[in-house]
Amino acid sequence: MAKRSVLRSGQVKWLTLILVVTTLMAGVAALMVGSVAIPPAQVLAHCWAALQGRPLNDTVDTILLTTRLPRIILAGAVGSALAMAGLAAQTLFRNPLASPYVVGVSSGSAVGAVLAMLLINTTTGMTFAAIPAFSIVSGLLITVVVFLLGRRGKNLGHGLLLAGIALGALCSSVTAGALYLAGERLQNLVFWLMGGLWRANWHQVLLMAPVSAAGLITLMVLAPAMNLALTGDRSAQDLGLNIKRLQKLLLAFIAIETALAVSLTGIIGFVGLIVPHLLRLVTGADHRRLVPVTALGGALLVTVADTLARTLAAPVEIPLGILTAMVGAPVFLWLLQRRSIG
Amino acid sequence: MNLRAEEITFSYQPHRLVLNKVTLDVKPATVTALFGPNGSGKSTLLRCLNGTLRSQAGSVMLDNKRLDTMSRPEIARKIAVVPQDTSPDVPFTAGEMVMLGRFAHGNLWGEETPEDQTIVKQSLAQLNASNLAHRFFHCLSGGERQRIVLARALAQKTPVLLLDEPNIHLDIPRQLEMFRLVRNLACQGKAILMACHDIFMAPLFVDHAVLLRAGTVYASGPVRTVLTPDNLRAVFGTSIEVSWHKGFSFTAALGRY
Repeated sequence: MAKRSVLRSGQVKWLTLILVVTTLMAGVAALMVGSVAIPPAQVLAHCWAALQGRPLNDTVDTILLTTRLPRIILAGAVGSALAMAGLAAQTLFRNPLASPYVVGVSSGSAVGAVLAMLLINTTTGMTFAAIPAFSIVSGLLITVVVFLLGRRGKNLGHGLLLAGIALGALCSSVTAGALYLAGERLQNLVFWLMGGLWRANWHQVLLMAPVSAAGLITLMVLAPAMNLALTGDRSAQDLGLNIKRLQKLLLAFIAIETALAVSLTGIIGFVGLIVPHLLRLVTGADHRRLVPVTALGGALLVTVADTLARTLAAPVEIPLGILTAMVGAPVFLWLLQRRSIG
Repeated sequence: MNLRAEEITFSYQPHRLVLNKVTLDVKPATVTALFGPNGSGKSTLLRCLNGTLRSQAGSVMLDNKRLDTMSRPEIARKIAVVPQDTSPDVPFTAGEMVMLGRFAHGNLWGEETPEDQTIVKQSLAQLNASNLAHRFFHCLSGGERQRIVLARALAQKTPVLLLDEPNIHLDIPRQLEMFRLVRNLACQGKAILMACHDIFMAPLFVDHAVLLRAGTVYASGPVRTVLTPDNLRAVFGTSIEVSWHKGFSFTAALGRY
């Protein structure tokens, strides 16, 4: 007889609380470390003063409030957006090994960003501010094309997966071509593609944080429907779910969260795959419990990984995408080896 | 609540009608059985009757309301379905599966009320499946899964119940148990339609029968007037002896040409 190896709902509430506290603590710790170490008391004093409206007047203020804090908040927001998009993809495709990148949105966003970078010069009048806009538009556009091409056939999931892989490959080849032609701008492009948060600022936080928060509420409302979707299209319909509408909503969710995250930070791999998968092993597949812990887990993971990325080899920064893949790939392989819960 | 199909016609591909002008009533407090060979359109008809397939002509009426004007949750509060096959590859326990039957009654966040929990317990108990509640659905046997899916349909608390070969995967005592339960549910007022291959045990528990042949209704009416040797030969192409004793028993044995 199979035993329930997962936590009961009361225990999941504790896990959620622990994750909230850990994430906040990781955030404070991340404020302290870097090229200049700032003791915790000073961190709190400066943040408190800034909250009361005191203008920034020394280097510590500048480091804390214009460099580190927006970067940490952005890390949390991007992490939870990617993890939630990963969960949505795993439910949409009814496959716990899916990631938000399988529908081609990341390759689409990358193409947009790379093309925008190549077009930046004085004659076109474009600036670096245009990169995220290009990236989001092309990411969403690719998802729409994937949907239009993949929606035929009995099983929407299969169609989307195949169309997503094919279009993703096409976009990757365009990106590779652009890199080949990039010349002296190659360094910049490669660094962008690897993903990282070194460009973080408050504008980006204001874009990403509300989208992540709205995403969390959306997924919590969709959670009961996502549970039904796991039982199969036909059974979900019999039980009162408009499965077509849920699939479209999930696809739009994946596209919006991922396109925005990728446009701001490049491609940060494995977060969307591993966080929901790992937490599902702990909490069970019920989305009503899984959604909040996934959002928190993603925020925690990217905050910690980004702090490591900027401190491990300081003053050189390790691209975050490299770090997450380096840690993520072995964990992923380990999961595949002991995959017991399908 | 009365569910009625009026002259519905359905085809998956053009020029190959699976259902051709089928008219059928599912009445309250009545067990109606749908008999017919493989591919005669039984399962397709059931799916048209809960609106998961839309017929190309004709209409399905729930009392006086057209089914195609109703939303999925609205339908799921009125009509429950036990499908022929349920994918076992589901990461939920049996109890959680039955709780999913409460989806259409749930609120925005899908919180479980004490009422939901009571209904799930009762539904499991009706199927003698309370002991399965904490086991994973994919670890159950085919028969156990079938009972859980039936319990889930009961948890929907619908006036109409559609069953697609509910006795498949069940051993003989469990088949009897299941048919008795269906009978009881009808006595409590449910309108029940049951698609069946089995013409040996099911007819004992049925009020009305509809014989389906190649997508058309060959005969329909009280079970005794429908399941006659002539009708069965015409539909199944095999001679089947029928004898009813004392008004209750029906036995059929394969004859030879």
